Amino acid sequence: MADFVNILGAGIAYGVLLFLMAGGLSVTMGLMGFANLAHGSLSMLGGYIVVMLMNWYGWPFFAALAMAALGAAVAGLIVERTVFRRLYWGNELDQVLLTIGVVTMTVAAATFIWGAVPPAVHVPAFLEGRVHLGFFDIGSYRLFLIVFGGLLTLGLVLGIDKTSFGAKIRAAVDNRRMTVSCGINIDRLFMLAFAIGSALAGLGGGLAIYLVGLDPSFPVKYLVYLLVVVVVGGLGSIRGTLAASLALGICDVLGKYYIPYLGAFIIYGVTVAILMVRPNGLFGRGR
Amino acid sequence: MVAIPAQPATPPALASARRLFVRRAAWRWEEIAFWVLAAASYFLFSDHLVLITQAMITGLFVVSLDLMFGYAGIPSFGHAAFFGIGAYTAGILARDGWGDPLTGLVAAALIAGVAGAICSQLVARLHGIAVLMVTLGIGLICYEIANKWNSLTGGDDGLQGMQVQPVLGIFAFDIDGKVGFIYSFIVIFLLYLLARRLVNSPFGLALEGIRENIRRVPAIGIGVRVQLAMAFTISAAMAGVAGALLAETTQFIALEVLGFDRSISVQIALVLGGIGSLIGGMIGAIVYTVARDQLSLINPAYWDFWVGLILCIIVMSGTGGVVGILRRSVGWVVTRVRR
Amino acid sequence: MKVRVARIAGLPLAALLLAVGMAASRADDATPLKIGVLGPRSGVAAAWGQETDSALAAYMQQHGDTVAGRKIVLLRRDTQGQADVVRRVAAELVSRDKVELMLGLALTPEAFAAATVSTPTKVPVLIVNAATTRVLDHAPYMARFGFTTGQEVAPFGVWAAKHGYKKVYAIYTDYGPGLEAGRVFKKTFTEAGGEIVGEVKPPMVTPDYSPYVQRAKDAHPQAIFIFAPAAGHPVAFLKAYSDAGLTEKQVQVLGTGDLTDENQFDQLGDPALGMITVFNYSEAHDSPLNRAFVKAFKAVAPSGMRPNFIAVSAYDAMHAVYLLVAAQHGKIDPDKTMALLKGMKFESPRGPVMIDQNRDMVQNIYIRRAEKVDGKLQNVEFDTIPMVNDLGEQVK
Repeated sequence: MADFVNILGAGIAYGVLLFLMAGGLSVTMGLMGFANLAHGSLSMLGGYIVVMLMNWYGWPFFAALAMAALGAAVAGLIVERTVFRRLYWGNELDQVLLTIGVVTMTVAAATFIWGAVPPAVHVPAFLEGRVHLGFFDIGSYRLFLIVFGGLLTLGLVLGIDKTSFGAKIRAAVDNRRMTVSCGINIDRLFMLAFAIGSALAGLGGGLAIYLVGLDPSFPVKYLVYLLVVVVVGGLGSIRGTLAASLALGICDVLGKYYIPYLGAFIIYGVTVAILMVRPNGLFGRGR
Repeated sequence: MVAIPAQPATPPALASARRLFVRRAAWRWEEIAFWVLAAASYFLFSDHLVLITQAMITGLFVVSLDLMFGYAGIPSFGHAAFFGIGAYTAGILARDGWGDPLTGLVAAALIAGVAGAICSQLVARLHGIAVLMVTLGIGLICYEIANKWNSLTGGDDGLQGMQVQPVLGIFAFDIDGKVGFIYSFIVIFLLYLLARRLVNSPFGLALEGIRENIRRVPAIGIGVRVQLAMAFTISAAMAGVAGALLAETTQFIALEVLGFDRSISVQIALVLGGIGSLIGGMIGAIVYTVARDQLSLINPAYWDFWVGLILCIIVMSGTGGVVGILRRSVGWVVTRVRR
Repeated sequence: MKVRVARIAGLPLAALLLAVGMAASRADDATPLKIGVLGPRSGVAAAWGQETDSALAAYMQQHGDTVAGRKIVLLRRDTQGQADVVRRVAAELVSRDKVELMLGLALTPEAFAAATVSTPTKVPVLIVNAATTRVLDHAPYMARFGFTTGQEVAPFGVWAAKHGYKKVYAIYTDYGPGLEAGRVFKKTFTEAGGEIVGEVKPPMVTPDYSPYVQRAKDAHPQAIFIFAPAAGHPVAFLKAYSDAGLTEKQVQVLGTGDLTDENQFDQLGDPALGMITVFNYSEAHDSPLNRAFVKAFKAVAPSGMRPNFIAVSAYDAMHAVYLLVAAQHGKIDPDKTMALLKGMKFESPRGPVMIDQNRDMVQNIYIRRAEKVDGKLQNVEFDTIPMVNDLGEQVK
């Protein structure tokens, strides 16, 4: 029984990890309808910022994380203002291909700037090791991620549901033209939303690297998972992304534990199955 | 605004329909230029035959995607699955004793076509990003199956031991790529002609109708599911032939023929060349392949960066790819000249 | 108007970049001995390219770039790890650039594809990394300077059984090299009296090793045998291992050398201390030749990059090239080259090496433990199985 709970805990932590990285993508892709495959690049940037600040300048972990979020937000804004905004009204494939071009460039740039060797990642001592919770144990860092992820989701959901900014975003998702005709500045709205999405990406990247490592091919490795989680959860829904992340994380880990032979098929198989039954994702509303 | 005659029984309507098709099927100058140049490259670039052959094979692959995406409007991130299925079909046959290249092509087309028909049913009800994701998932699943089933495919090491017989029993494949080039050229040209016939037929118009407005089209008597299934099947079969050509000319294939990278590359090449113009597919493939090759010569480690940059520029300039730019430039020049 | 300019500017700009590229590439002008260096340099395996190039540069720094009157020119090509690219690039290097030798190749499919060019054109190829035994069978003009999976894993199975690890759980990645590692280990380990209490095969993309480590834990082994390829797996495994509360005292980690690759080490950190691994090279190998090699390598490599098994193989391949060119007084005759290679012996930074009659590498295999030396994690060799051939057998 303890084994099952251990594995379940690992699955939840994995799901939260996916959500932390994909949460920002849910904002930009889901709320803005902009298929941003370069999201992983922003996470990678966040990761490298954390590594550089901690390893070269001795910054503490949480300060470095904050800087990662800020740095990614700034980078995201720059790219958005110069490149992405031209394609907001364009078709999806153009957006996908443009962002693929951006990803390719960032991977090459990262290899050039930081080299192909994975850097060391450190976290504060209290986050290393394990924690004993009643009848099962869990790695401290994973527990930290779960708690952090929970708070983040709460923040995001409250932000979307309760603030007027959130209301404007929801309006823009449901009916862009109508929102514009209500006098809301869509351009600025999207800019802010993209900044938030990028900050989340940077934060997620900075948090993830301790568990999954960091190297220049980071944006490509997790791209598929991030897309799956956002699309299966349903575009435009933060709750959906969380649900999909948890579902996929748990299914993947449990599946690999009980039926390891199926390993890689699980995620893809589940994705195809869900999308065929609910083409708009679990919580999606259709556009 | 295309007028599809509802009742082609009346002679004037029939005549105007015929004129429409004749106009559509007329050979554009860029197509003629391309094929003449391609044929001439046998003499002009005799040092680079292998590169050009691979570029043309990619071209056929891109054209097959154009049928589905440019004409029927179905995007795909898993098209490499059909390419790979065709490649492995020809490869496995050649390894297990049946090395005749032409029948290998036929077998590849058949099996890839069947796979395409099956996939069309999976994708029928979806659109937009969901289609991309499902096709992506299918492509990845195919890759995993090929990886796991290594007694059949050789798995991660690749398929070894292919013995490809000479074409028609006479022309053996040589290291300089001469036979490979001529063989591929003829096959690809013939399939290109076939693709042209298809898109310039009522079937092709039906596909475009589906792309433009999938909900209205049944109202004029076009069965969406059937047409899509046919488009998918033909597109998959063509991709399969391209894969088989690659297997036969290189006599070795590995898992990446089914990979995500290849599916993405083919989409990029299509956008580069120009969607919906068939010849754009061929041109895009040549440009993409040659660009990658040349760029990696300049800087073996970071050439990726330039490819990404060029892709961004092309997409942002929104010109409809190389073909779009060519037509627009020529049109601009012609208008100036006329003044 | 602005829009129209922007629209027309797109392609000419791209064409300009292309033209610049083509002009620049004309810079490959005719100089004496051209050697093609092929391998993945972009994408996930980009580190391979950097390791190889740095090692080759280090060798040429130490020994000059001229042998027997001929200047060595390296033509570097990126194969992206794809077999059809390898074939095309290799064919171009031979017919267009007229290389007389090729070296490189990181992955098995690359080696097979290169063989389809090397064999008919009789251009010798020195394999730096591809590790599957069968590659050399039908390729009479290829020789291996790296290692094979069987070579390192077979003696490891025997060693483990003889050193008190009777019950072992095996974890190996589900792809060519991984499957071979698993197969070979199980064979020699059980033949030497050990018992495999269970096994599992994680797929290539595995961000989280928790389920696999948990399964291993459930089986109560004395040790876990693990083959985890360098790209991301070692760190994921180690995180899951420490999160599961396992320590080396309870369940010893017995890994192949990729686990503690010098360039992964920093990322693994202190939790890696005490891991036992088997491999053909360690940066900490105690010999004057190795110390000189490490110094020369670090002088030319990107900052922070440490020499590893890839670097030493490239270095040795270059040494062999110099020996071959000198012995043939500046010419490279394919058949003579291969004859000279068979039986070639020399001292490498990794230890003594020999190319045997099958053109494969015979070398010492070391058992190492991860320890801190001068504040850095190193694989400290504490046991040696001398002169092992590609099938894992010892030869004299």
